[in-house]
Amino acid sequence: MKSLIVSLAVVVSLFSAKSYAALGGDAASVEADRAHMNAQRQATQSAAYTLHELKTDNGTVVREYLSASGSVFAVAWQGPFVPDMQQLLGSYFEQYSNAVKANKEVRAGRHPLDLQLPGLVVQSSGYMRARHFRAYIPQQVPAGVKKAELQ
Amino acid sequence: MRTDRIMRRGVAALAMASAFGLLVACGGGGSSTSQQPPPTGNNVQALTVNGGPAAGVDYIDAAFTSVTVCVPGSSNCATVDGVLVDTGSVGLRLLASAIPSLNLPQLAGSGGTTYYNCVDFVDGTYLWGPVAQADIEMAGEKASSASLQLIENPTGFSVPTACSQGGVNEDTLSALGANGILGVGNYPQDCGPACQSSTSPDVYFTCGASGPCSSSTIMVAQQVTNPVVGFATDNNGVIIEMAAVDGESATASGQMVFGIGTQSNNSLSGYTVYPINSNGFFTTTFNSQDLTESFIDSGSNGYFFPDASITQCSGGSIAPGFYCPANPVSLSAQNKAESGAENTVNFTVDNAVNDFNSFGADAAFANLAGPNGSTDCGGGSPCGFDWGLPFFFGRNVFVSIDGQPVPSGAPAAPWWAY
Repeated sequence: MKSLIVSLAVVVSLFSAKSYAALGGDAASVEADRAHMNAQRQATQSAAYTLHELKTDNGTVVREYLSASGSVFAVAWQGPFVPDMQQLLGSYFEQYSNAVKANKEVRAGRHPLDLQLPGLVVQSSGYMRARHFRAYIPQQVPAGVKKAELQ
Repeated sequence: MRTDRIMRRGVAALAMASAFGLLVACGGGGSSTSQQPPPTGNNVQALTVNGGPAAGVDYIDAAFTSVTVCVPGSSNCATVDGVLVDTGSVGLRLLASAIPSLNLPQLAGSGGTTYYNCVDFVDGTYLWGPVAQADIEMAGEKASSASLQLIENPTGFSVPTACSQGGVNEDTLSALGANGILGVGNYPQDCGPACQSSTSPDVYFTCGASGPCSSSTIMVAQQVTNPVVGFATDNNGVIIEMAAVDGESATASGQMVFGIGTQSNNSLSGYTVYPINSNGFFTTTFNSQDLTESFIDSGSNGYFFPDASITQCSGGSIAPGFYCPANPVSLSAQNKAESGAENTVNFTVDNAVNDFNSFGADAAFANLAGPNGSTDCGGGSPCGFDWGLPFFFGRNVFVSIDGQPVPSGAPAAPWWAY
């Protein structure tokens, strides 16, 4: 256990500039997310990407899609509680946050989120304790990968 | 003409639903039809769809009620109207500014701290504020010393980023469009055991008088609670009974009946039960696809479902987030019941921009709909149908609460029935 923590610290410090960025980040950022969420990680390889599934202790499951070229082009989560969005969206967090605020200024009401932004798509649905969220970088989705796979 | 026929068929379906509601309700004290009598009975609370209490804000397709809160054990009370009735969340949340003269006791944490509560909604908005305790009264029912959230932007420190998550704080009447939210959904607390065993949900925090705040665990019994479970009787769920709306209406009325199978006016007999799975959803079949993340939610102000073939209103229009087909579209979907049987729901999708332009002063729109996230539903990818308030028009919708007793013969809660 101790050696795991030590090796983790090394990874984080080596990639400290990018450790706070899953979406758009590299493989090390996935590990940084896992550590931040204290989650269990399981990786599944497919032809076009590696799916990293992070299970938190509160029932929320985060999925990160790492391309063959080593870049996270999509993140998604499902479950009762919101994970750390800044950690998950990294350098896209501010764009997301600004869009949410602009979206809200239009009218009162509560309904699902569907943000089609330059270089970023964010979709969120569900209700309290039963949520589903995904964000992806359309230009970086590998050829042949269906959007339906990103969930 | 196609459109005309579609519209008339939609009206017929609503009329049938109303007649059904009448038949069921005639054994009890209340009726759910368009002829709304004043609510009677100690378990019947009036609802109205009227655009809400905020000046200059027309909060469409939202049902509001009034709630009385009192300092526990006292007659020091305030009645707050314009509270959104939300079967998609749990717990009473009131703007602190709506009860300025009522000094509710706040829940103390250790070391001189106070418990704060956070709720994040799917649209990126959030509510923050201290946990307070009150006797919560509606109709003839009372939940004593129940935890609720006072919605209040903190002074002296910032909302933790673990709560704000980059979203929008709805801490004012104009932002919220309501004086509060009454969450009467399918669970007894807003978090449950997860927040007793771990801080990771980031739903509860303890804060000093001027900060800082840190995520905290909290006993289940102290969490923001569904007021219904605190009632002495009629505490296993609610029925939302809304009048039918034909197209558009300035207002719509209805009532919320507390309890399921506990009195003569809340019998489950004759209704179909739709169980909720462990993820909080049921399955709706639409366009030949199983939407496995579907749910019923009075706090969603439209039908929301994935259909790439229906034009969305443009982002710069007066109705972003809704559908804008050139002509009204008649659709149907099937909800999966406990028995495996399917119930077909017919509905119509209007052009939301046209509706808002033509009926700008109205508050009730029966044919309002919009997209629900991903339309990429193939290959087992989970999509969902969000049955918002228009679904409630002309129906009696039961919301049972997890862990509470159910009428004889019914499956264990939670479930919906209609």
